[in-house]
Amino acid sequence: MEYKLSDYKTEVHNDWCAGCGDFGILNSIQMSLSELKIPPHNVAMFSGIGCSGKTPHFIHTYGIHTLHGRVLPFAQGAKLSNPNLKIIAVGGDGDGLGIGSGHFVNSGRRNVDITYIIHNNGVYGLTKGQAAPTLKLGMKTKSLSQPNMNDSINPISLAIICGFTFIARGYSYDVKHLKDIIKKGILHKGLSFIDVLQPCPTYNDINTKEWYQSYETDKEDPSIKIPKIYKLEEENYNGIVNNEIETEDKMSIALEKSREWEKRIPIGVFYQNDKFITYGERLENRIENYFSSPPAYQIVNDKEGNTIANIDSLLERLKTNYGLVK
Amino acid sequence: MENFRESVSWVIGGPQGSGVDSASHIFLKSITMAGLHVFGKREYYSNIKGEHSYFSVRVSNSPVRSHVDEIDILVTFDAETVVRHSPYLANKGVLIFDPEIKGKKIEDIHTLDFSSKKKINKILNDNNKSFDFIGILENLRERNVFLIELPYFELIKDFSEKINDHSLSKLARITNVMSLAASLAILDFDTKKMENGIRSIFSNKPKIAEINVNAANYSYNYIKSKYADISERFSKKLTYEKTNNNDNNIIIAQGSQTSPLGKIVAGCRFQTYYPITPATDDSEYLESNQIIKQTDNGSGSVVVIQTEDEISAIAMAIGASLTGVRSCTTTSGPGFSLMAEALGWAGINEVPLIVSLYQRAGPSTGLPTRQEQGDLLFAINAGHGEFPRIVYASGDIEESFYDTIKVFNYAEKYQLPVIHMIDKFIANSIMTCKMFDYKKIKIERGKFINKNSHLNLNDGNIIEHFKRFNLDEGPVSTRVSLGTENGIFWNTGDEHDEQGHITEDPEIRKKMVEKRMSKLQLIIEQTPSQDQITVEFEDILKENIEHKIIILSWGSTKGVILDTLERISPEFENIKFVFIQVKLLHPFPSKLLEDTINKLIGEKTGNDFKQDSNSKTTLISIEMNYLAQLDILLKQNTTINTDYNILKYNGRPISLSELHESVLNIINKNLGKRVILENGV
Repeated sequence: MEYKLSDYKTEVHNDWCAGCGDFGILNSIQMSLSELKIPPHNVAMFSGIGCSGKTPHFIHTYGIHTLHGRVLPFAQGAKLSNPNLKIIAVGGDGDGLGIGSGHFVNSGRRNVDITYIIHNNGVYGLTKGQAAPTLKLGMKTKSLSQPNMNDSINPISLAIICGFTFIARGYSYDVKHLKDIIKKGILHKGLSFIDVLQPCPTYNDINTKEWYQSYETDKEDPSIKIPKIYKLEEENYNGIVNNEIETEDKMSIALEKSREWEKRIPIGVFYQNDKFITYGERLENRIENYFSSPPAYQIVNDKEGNTIANIDSLLERLKTNYGLVK
Repeated sequence: MENFRESVSWVIGGPQGSGVDSASHIFLKSITMAGLHVFGKREYYSNIKGEHSYFSVRVSNSPVRSHVDEIDILVTFDAETVVRHSPYLANKGVLIFDPEIKGKKIEDIHTLDFSSKKKINKILNDNNKSFDFIGILENLRERNVFLIELPYFELIKDFSEKINDHSLSKLARITNVMSLAASLAILDFDTKKMENGIRSIFSNKPKIAEINVNAANYSYNYIKSKYADISERFSKKLTYEKTNNNDNNIIIAQGSQTSPLGKIVAGCRFQTYYPITPATDDSEYLESNQIIKQTDNGSGSVVVIQTEDEISAIAMAIGASLTGVRSCTTTSGPGFSLMAEALGWAGINEVPLIVSLYQRAGPSTGLPTRQEQGDLLFAINAGHGEFPRIVYASGDIEESFYDTIKVFNYAEKYQLPVIHMIDKFIANSIMTCKMFDYKKIKIERGKFINKNSHLNLNDGNIIEHFKRFNLDEGPVSTRVSLGTENGIFWNTGDEHDEQGHITEDPEIRKKMVEKRMSKLQLIIEQTPSQDQITVEFEDILKENIEHKIIILSWGSTKGVILDTLERISPEFENIKFVFIQVKLLHPFPSKLLEDTINKLIGEKTGNDFKQDSNSKTTLISIEMNYLAQLDILLKQNTTINTDYNILKYNGRPISLSELHESVLNIINKNLGKRVILENGV
């Protein structure tokens, strides 16, 4: 069966603010799924809390809108129980790097084959613009009464250190580029992280669309305009690990690259390593038929309702006369 | 102090890590192989090495379900065990100790707690003895306690010369087997059976088994030759079968293994946990046995995941449950506190989920390795807002197996979280019981369409789009798993419409609240009464008795109550004793319980029980907490008024000795309403 882009849309009224960067992310996800021809019922969209948390309701796939900060554990539980599902998790930067930072860090240790997208706007939008974990120290967005007291987390650097195996950044107003990154993330075998620069037109009056799309003039040649955002792939950056021995080097250059921000902001793929063992493969090493018979597929009872588990040998060990040498 | 005649109580103690556990396991194995019944419990500190730990076992020819405070045979590895436990030695009991302790000072034992020090000080003072081990031993001798010196170091040295192996450090471990062989010699236990027990424990290491067998015999013969008349003390208490025990119907079950065994049978194929005492053993057992044999010759498996915290643990278990698997998370109080928010998410989204809640003494970190039933009201109320849940409590090791299968059925039948309450006492106890008949309980998956049955759009129930929360189906609607064709739905922690999308519509909100909350009534209506409350004991042969004592309880106090009633009932021909165990704590079986008690009383005045203070019915609730939490539920949900609350909250489980005494005191009207128990080391 062929699926059209419209097959991934719902009728649910979208109540995001006009001009919100979330729309670009929503469209990119729908386009990615459509172009990859993944049947809607094989996809489960998980989300955290906040404006981004509503994303699954606008996408016609299974949609699980979870708790603040807990999207990764919910999503990993579903994937590990049914590895055949395509699972995409979305959440804000407050959700994933503030209240849910412990899960962000520890998800990196597992490398479960899911895709995680952060709607990164530096503010808690739905609660009216408080400072979120990616807002820089000393910044004062418009609803803050005083400048931000905390320094910011760099999501790309953190993801590298934690062990994510696909790390990229997109910009929500460059839908075509973002869509391509999301497609790569979905196709990647392992835990993908996509940091999306997503202007909040209502509460973040610093990192605005205009700010992201601004140019600097070259000091030597004023006719050359240098855009703030540039694409890594256009400047010969290659963060792909082709061979396991490249891992350390590629992580180092990715880490270095992730520090760029003030003058120029790179988007694109920072790091990609599909050679590293996924959690599913680790389970397969213990449970031979894990992928063909994962938890979600196992039949546990016969037609009469009797268990099909046979625990006789386990019970045998409990018998008081077990191990009796005759 | 005279112990109950029908059983022998054996206690072994020493510093944590000294082999108390392995010695007690060989003891249990040998004893049960000979056809005897046992109940054993482990007490230990939240510590890796050095603090005092002990294992107490009650041995009998008939089933035993509880421990006693009095000790018949006390085996000690160190001085501290003598100080802590010798006050509980029965007159004519036996103390096995290393004579080396005689030179030690009580004040040098830094791990000794205040209450043990106070106790021994008082005993020595009252009996004009010096505050040292000479004084303790003198006092014991005067109480006619038999003192057996087991010089471990010398014995090992002699033994090593005998077997020509001089690696003493390697042999240090055999003090365990020597001490229990000494105990078995005192009990005049058959050496062949002792050897069987040792060999079965070391069945994978035949060489080590033989060293241990030889050491055991060496120690056994040492006792027999040096203390020839000792075995007369207990020989009449226990009878050993003439032949080896071939009864296939008796098992020796550990409380930390029975619920996970039930999970395998129930079809739980996904479990998460974050390490916490006393719940972790459950997951470890499940993970060690994660490959499951099946009757269809296929091979099943359980995925067990250690998460970064308990929030992640419950969230992952919920995520897995959405894919259709029977899913569980296992924790104790502190972890359950972290799970409260996600519990509500499972509630509003009607997700079947099991939380195995192994209670321990709280609040906060509390007594991490000690017993309490302090989480009942929390389990019922955890999480904000209103949502339906089931709180179900198991009374003992055997029940925890069957109940585990039942709770998975409840979770799917009613599509809600079920909190299965177990506790430290059950988890760290071991007892002989009947072989599990695991095919007895059927698996019921409720309104669930699994992957293999394709969801048909033309089905009468499904028009246009699947409605996960279809209001026309009553409280429980059809559930599909993520990935099902035509079954797309949404979940959200917000209030939702029938498809699962966010709504704040007042009319839909009202209907959804009513849909969910009406499950509580449905559960009460559909659950068989014996699965809600169980009359565990009733003097049915006593007829026309005016004075009735009705005991109400929940959870792991069951064993000690049964043992108490079996002892006390024959002593009072004019009192009819009844014990009702409440298993379903939420929703509360109010009417069933009232009707059952009414029927037992045989009369009812108005809407109240026992308005007359001269009434002949005495109602006692027994539980291990301060507030009398079951009694609070009784007051909340019924017109039942208890006369006495027997309570305990010092972290040590209720002993048969103290419960027996307090019920006697209640009969003799010697007590106020709150009876607080305080025994235990």
